[in-house]
Amino acid sequence: MLRLQLARNSRRFLSTKKQPSIGRFTGKPDPSTGKFTVSFIEGDGVGPEISKSVKDIFKAADVPVQWEKCDVTPLFINGLTTIPDPAVKSIYKNLVALKGPLATPIGKGHRSLNLTLRKTFGLFANVRPAKSIEGFKTTYDNVDLVLIRENTEGEYSGIEHVVSPGVVQSIKLITHDASERVIRYAFEYARAVGRPKVVVVHKSTIQRLADGLFVSVAQDLSKEYPDIELQTELIDNTVLNVVSNPGTYSDVVAVCPNLYGDILSDLNSGLGAGSLGLTPSANIGHQVSIFEAVHGSAPDIAGQNKANPTALLLSSVMMLNHMGLADHADAIEKAVLGTIASGPENRTGDLAGSASTSSFTEAVIKRL
Amino acid sequence: MLRQSALGCRRGLATLASESLLPKKYGGRYTVTLIPGDGVGKEVTNSVVSIFDSENVPIDWEKVDISGLENQEGVQKAVESLKRNKIGLKGIWHTPADQTGHGSLNVALRKQLDIFANVALFKNVPGVKTRLQGVDIVVIRENTEGEYSGLEHESVPGVVESLKIMTKVKSERIARFAFDFALKNNRKSVCAVHKANIMKLGDGLFRNSVNEIGAKEYPEVEVKNIIVDNASMQAVAKPHQFDVLVTPNLYGSILGNIGAALIGGPGLVPGANFGREHAVFEPGSRHVGLDIEGKNVANPTAMILSSTLMLRHLGLNEYADRISKATYDVIAEGKTTTKDIGGSASTTEFTDAIIEKLKTL
Repeated sequence: MLRLQLARNSRRFLSTKKQPSIGRFTGKPDPSTGKFTVSFIEGDGVGPEISKSVKDIFKAADVPVQWEKCDVTPLFINGLTTIPDPAVKSIYKNLVALKGPLATPIGKGHRSLNLTLRKTFGLFANVRPAKSIEGFKTTYDNVDLVLIRENTEGEYSGIEHVVSPGVVQSIKLITHDASERVIRYAFEYARAVGRPKVVVVHKSTIQRLADGLFVSVAQDLSKEYPDIELQTELIDNTVLNVVSNPGTYSDVVAVCPNLYGDILSDLNSGLGAGSLGLTPSANIGHQVSIFEAVHGSAPDIAGQNKANPTALLLSSVMMLNHMGLADHADAIEKAVLGTIASGPENRTGDLAGSASTSSFTEAVIKRL
Repeated sequence: MLRQSALGCRRGLATLASESLLPKKYGGRYTVTLIPGDGVGKEVTNSVVSIFDSENVPIDWEKVDISGLENQEGVQKAVESLKRNKIGLKGIWHTPADQTGHGSLNVALRKQLDIFANVALFKNVPGVKTRLQGVDIVVIRENTEGEYSGLEHESVPGVVESLKIMTKVKSERIARFAFDFALKNNRKSVCAVHKANIMKLGDGLFRNSVNEIGAKEYPEVEVKNIIVDNASMQAVAKPHQFDVLVTPNLYGSILGNIGAALIGGPGLVPGANFGREHAVFEPGSRHVGLDIEGKNVANPTAMILSSTLMLRHLGLNEYADRISKATYDVIAEGKTTTKDIGGSASTTEFTDAIIEKLKTL
């Protein structure tokens, strides 16, 4: 118990200082400058403003990173959403990217750009931490959740058809390989961040074969991880328990199929911060990883210097940890969280504060 | 709450309920199928039975005591009894999560009787401390298709397909039910919960059906839409924005569990399932409670309130009013409440307190 407590206290927000053995960053800094190059998808709406905040703070903190701006405005080739070639090349070269919010392109029937990015780069695991921020009171206390979502199949297979007029089949696809890949990542992640439990969230009472396969893969894999306790839990119970008492999941890494992960990760953000505005995330692949703010592009406040850059900043902190630049990650994380905690004059409007994007950024830089 | 039978009779074959379909009364008494189910089911239905006894409610119970672990034929007994009586009070059957045996008997029962609409009521109970007050959400959930179709196959080893079936007929049916419910209970809006940005055809059909039925047939009720992940986040952070939610099968389960957690746990959530001919009343948050089975600690409030919905469905409103008032009064006084809501009373002590309270009303 004491050891657990110590481990918890020493853990920071994103708790990924030690990296899982899967999906590790293999990029090298440019030998002439000593800097890593990172592809930067600034995104739409408020994207450019919050991206500027990240760039300013990285500069002030002397982070050895140079940015390569990427345009991912989608092309439609043979009816498929496709990312422009220069962007694909940039990301494959740099092996890491930071991404702001993208507006969902209007054009029905097309695959979303986020889904396209995941498919293009084989980003199989979506990592979503959600944590209460000290000094910023919300309805729920002691939220410290980590959820890993299968990112490539399940309910998002995109296989649907009208069987007869008024009758639709949507196919949820669960495969052994994709399940094993993401569950193994969850075990490795739990080990790396010192959480003793992996909880597989499922509904195998109803989807006996599909979710049953996901659960049985986890049970087989758990033999390779005797140091990590495996629990399986019906999604009904997870939802009920996490909302009733989020603190009971502080020593857990949860892992689940795509749709449950989508729902639970947003639910967790609701518990941790009351919105998506503070939520960072990582999309991990074997080769490439992309770190992103999961909130929307907020076109209504775009260009008004009002947006909160925290989610993108915390995503960049996860990215720095992933790249092995843990000291820089720590410094920025502390400065961001410290600024939010310091009072409403240093918080943006979404957190009931009076700061602008640029004044918040300056306050963070002062704290570095 | 359910002021009247929520079983609509406004329009459409699917929601038709003529007199001949309603439960029959013999000698001034109704016969009701009682299915205790597994886990704490016996204890909480016993609680209802003793309260009804003390009030001389004109109901005779026809008990069907089978376990969810029994073979699938077991469910036939329940189906036959419900076909006779048209009305039942039910606990939850346990479905093991391992791959042995058969699927969920709860689902089998709902499908066989076509009790397509599940209604669960999430409202703060005075006297129960929660983080947020003023929650008042109704979740109306399609009960017979969607992710619970049970159609799955392993195409090749290690590759499983699970079919989610959405139909226009059933989407429109549940939409009409939700709008009827909203009208009868003075609700302002009906919000369709969906994931149509990903499942464009399946969830698109659901969302469009709700929107069309709402616009064409119920202009007086506001129609809204929300994506299920956003709904879940909003529900824990700002639940006051929600009124009546109508959902496909799985999302209803998820939002229902959020709702239960918001108001203080599954022990407080009343619920009901309605079909054309049959109505089965069961706790709105479907937890079996195996971990506390037989310990006399379960909170029977959900089952008691579900039974008062049943009494209203039968037109026995005076009994319903007395029993629900006594239950709410005992909880509000806070002297004799169960462990899940911070008290120390046993199931039977809480039940006895309600019976005592009834004598004073």
